[in-house]
Amino acid sequence: MITIDKKTDVPAPRGAEDSGGSLLEVRDLHVEFHTRDGVAKAVNGVNYSVNAGETLAVLGESGSGKSVTAQAIMGILDMPPGRIPKGEILFRGEDMLKMSYEERRNIRGRKIAMIFQDALSSLNPVLSVGYQLGEMFRVHEGMSKKQAKAKSIELMDKVKIPAAAARVNDYPHQFSGGMRQRIMIAMALALEPDLIIADEPTTALDVTVQAQVMDLLADLQREYNMGLILITHDLGVVADVADKIAVMYAGRIVEQSPIHELYKRPAHPYTRGLLDSIPRLDQKGQELFAIKGLPPNLLHVPAGCAFNPRCPKAQDVCRTDFPALVPVTEQDGTELPGRRSACHFWKETIHG
Amino acid sequence: MPEALEATTKDATAPESVPAAPPAEKDARARSLWSDAWHDLRRNPLFLVSAVLIVVLLAMAVAPWLFTSADPRHADLAKHYLQKPNWSHFFAEDWFGYDIQGRSIYARVIYGARASIAVAVGVTALVTILGTLVGMLAGYFGGLLDTILSRITDVFFGVPFILGAMVVLTSFEERKLWVVILSLAFLGWTQIARVARGSVITIKQADYVVAAKALGASTSRILLRHILPNAMAPVIVVATIALGGYISAEATLSFLGIGLAEPTVSWGVDISSGQEQLRNAAFVLIIPSVMVSITVLAFIMLGDAVRNALDPKLR
Amino acid sequence: MAELSKAATSAEGAAVDATPSVTEVETVEAATEAEAVAAVEAPVERGEPILQVRNLVKHFPLTQGILFKKQVGAVKAVDGISFDLYQGETLGIVGESGCGKSTVAKLLMLLETATSGQVFYKGQDITKLSGRALKAVRRNIQMVFQDPYTSLNPRMTVGDIIGEPYEIHPEVAPKGDRRRKVQELLDVVGLNPEYINRYPHQFSGGQRQRIGIARGLALNPEIIICDEPVSALDVSVQAQVINLMEKLQDEFNLSYLFIAHDLSIVRHISDRVGVMYLGKMAEIGTDVQIYDHPTHPYTQALLSAVPVPDPEAREGRERIILTGDVPSPANPPSGCRFRTRCWKAEDKCAAEAPLLAVPERFQGSDSPAAHESACHFAEEKDVVHAA
Repeated sequence: MITIDKKTDVPAPRGAEDSGGSLLEVRDLHVEFHTRDGVAKAVNGVNYSVNAGETLAVLGESGSGKSVTAQAIMGILDMPPGRIPKGEILFRGEDMLKMSYEERRNIRGRKIAMIFQDALSSLNPVLSVGYQLGEMFRVHEGMSKKQAKAKSIELMDKVKIPAAAARVNDYPHQFSGGMRQRIMIAMALALEPDLIIADEPTTALDVTVQAQVMDLLADLQREYNMGLILITHDLGVVADVADKIAVMYAGRIVEQSPIHELYKRPAHPYTRGLLDSIPRLDQKGQELFAIKGLPPNLLHVPAGCAFNPRCPKAQDVCRTDFPALVPVTEQDGTELPGRRSACHFWKETIHG
Repeated sequence: MPEALEATTKDATAPESVPAAPPAEKDARARSLWSDAWHDLRRNPLFLVSAVLIVVLLAMAVAPWLFTSADPRHADLAKHYLQKPNWSHFFAEDWFGYDIQGRSIYARVIYGARASIAVAVGVTALVTILGTLVGMLAGYFGGLLDTILSRITDVFFGVPFILGAMVVLTSFEERKLWVVILSLAFLGWTQIARVARGSVITIKQADYVVAAKALGASTSRILLRHILPNAMAPVIVVATIALGGYISAEATLSFLGIGLAEPTVSWGVDISSGQEQLRNAAFVLIIPSVMVSITVLAFIMLGDAVRNALDPKLR
Repeated sequence: MAELSKAATSAEGAAVDATPSVTEVETVEAATEAEAVAAVEAPVERGEPILQVRNLVKHFPLTQGILFKKQVGAVKAVDGISFDLYQGETLGIVGESGCGKSTVAKLLMLLETATSGQVFYKGQDITKLSGRALKAVRRNIQMVFQDPYTSLNPRMTVGDIIGEPYEIHPEVAPKGDRRRKVQELLDVVGLNPEYINRYPHQFSGGQRQRIGIARGLALNPEIIICDEPVSALDVSVQAQVINLMEKLQDEFNLSYLFIAHDLSIVRHISDRVGVMYLGKMAEIGTDVQIYDHPTHPYTQALLSAVPVPDPEAREGRERIILTGDVPSPANPPSGCRFRTRCWKAEDKCAAEAPLLAVPERFQGSDSPAAHESACHFAEEKDVVHAA
């Protein structure tokens, strides 16, 4: 495994506190699943960190390990078949993997909350949304029913659900997709957590609603000065709201970068391929650039760089030597802050 | 957090399904759901134990003479039931002793397997055919047909199984094997019909069924090629577990004196006659009862193992 | 104005979307089944209309009660839609969930029965066909589904899946020839022909979608209706499938009806684009007309909401963020259906449903803004390009 200096590099662009280190730090995390065909290595040494008030986008395709990492942080990984053979997840400097069940449960929901893609199946269909929102206050803060209800309405207002007081007793199916996702956000916000993990929060929504929900999430994050981990497969969605981005492939981070830099000058051929393969709204190209081949089988991740069978730049060294996630520099050697790439030929990729 | 759990299971299976065989992969064997299930079953001790038991029981039913040379109907009153079993005489005529009429209990247990298993297998086969047919028609066509078939199913479902069987069977003069089979099947198909209906309703909405319709496939083709093969998994699981139940149903009815009757050799008949001497010779009752329990258990274990193998997500 | 739409207007009242600029359908009177089959099999010149949809309506009744069902309303999934699909072109249909675009696909595939309206395939109204003629139509119109995980029967091998069309239409390929044909198709869609005995779950999403495409191609159709064919795929695989579909269109001279919610992909693949909102067509035109010169406020909002993977290009763009959600199609707003979310809405919009037509102010103009748009206050606005 590669070792990366832990004092993480990225000086957060906006709103970061530089005192006391990161809010959440994932160190050399490994997760594997024992399937009937063998051991699937879903996460193979992931390092990332988020500060308060900062948004980290974790980008990857299905099977890249982006969601599994989040589930490991939340402690909601199915174990078995899942297993965490190695790694640390530090929340305010304390390793959550070493905590007792009770300690973790306390952090979950209160300190770290999660928003899921499918709001309909995440809400209990037989309980009113007001009840479900209020449950957080009744259970965690011991509020009375009445207080909890008032709090629920306040929260629903906060996430801009129109006529909150009138709709607090409605059931999840009476809300539209966008409104349900707002309710999920409200639930996540209820206890004013320090960190929110949003797993594809807008993927199931229509474009016009997507924009509303993303904006809402960004506003709330600024207001509460929370850390936000935004997990997505969509390069477009994160462009506006994230501060920095980590691109994952086959359970590893292949590139880390402040958000704007990544789109301008990708330092990994996979990122470049992803950017090139998206059709553009403002121009009609001839043929789309397509990354050839398929995402790797996690039971048999290729030797060397996992991307080598699909990479246009692949050389012999890529098939044998595993590329470490190294800092990326300008041609004259000045370091580009917060940028790292796990490619033997990052120089050619970024400057070529 | 149920949602969390669900999300996790989804992702846990992702590593299996997402990365498909790259062209270079050597493993080109065709893997169907059944072959995957078989792969799992072979490694499951629950399955292995139940399978061995069932094979032995089936062998007893088909060829009882392989297990004993004694005649189950040969009564020798000299060998009274008070002559205790000879536990060390493995597979010998007097291994389990003799019953009240001096017949070898070991031989009767071996020969009794045939009736019990014939009833169970016969009823299960009929019930599966009838139940799947009713469930499939109701589930696929829906509407008025569904309403009618479902209400009929509900009526039959409401009849207590043993009580209903008693009523039906007492109306027959002679209670032969096939009479018992038909009566049990007549009352027992509802559970399968409900399971089949539910699974057909889910499957008929699948895109591959829509795709077949769009191609202009006939209804019979859609039912036989697309719906039936996909709807069978839960039916088979329920049928396997129910099979054990029919064995105990047969025993119960025979015990009550309205199932099979002498001279048919069956476990139920022996339990019925064994109860008379419960105080003096409990083993006369216990040995056939244990056989019933083992058989029922074996089939239920098999059903469980098959369910787990067919639907790994349930685990 | 076409006679047809006049007749329909009188029958349906103001609800019908009369589309003046859509040409009259040249219907082919077929007295016998054989004539209908002949008409359906006749070739169509490139650029001629092959599929003509007129005032298509699909209402799903809402019922109450268990035994005695009483209709209490209807979900107006598709509420008067007209468009032409020309031979060899790709017509994109975009819209948000619930706009009725998938119902249109089902109606064209005859998987649902239309409440009213016609679908002419080479001059034959396919909603009225039966028997051999219907089978011939089914052979010529195929579909590619959204979800590659549910659109393939998990109990069938790839060979059986792609070969099934031949079993249903045995006249297309003799029995001995089928295996070879299936292998050819696998090769055409870029899969190894040796995979013929594998099962769907041994493939990734992108590969499965290729199998679905191969099944769609098996009968040599003229039209393929693609319902969100790439939305379930990973970004890196989407491009592969889109490129494949474009290649196949040239190779087999196909016409595509491409239904999707992803506006970038629709622009990439389509020659013409129709924008749907709540069961109605809001705007239709060539890709340049719709994307670079949209005149309907809904199209403008939709385009401006598309996230662009380039923060810099994004900064100069105006973003129109709509308030609220799409109203229920069971109870659509009066007049213009978009008025509840529209920033331009006035009293007129509630009173009068706008017709899908070239707006008066652009009539006779050569400008790309002169295309059909169902808005009382149609106005050109470029939202895609940075100012």
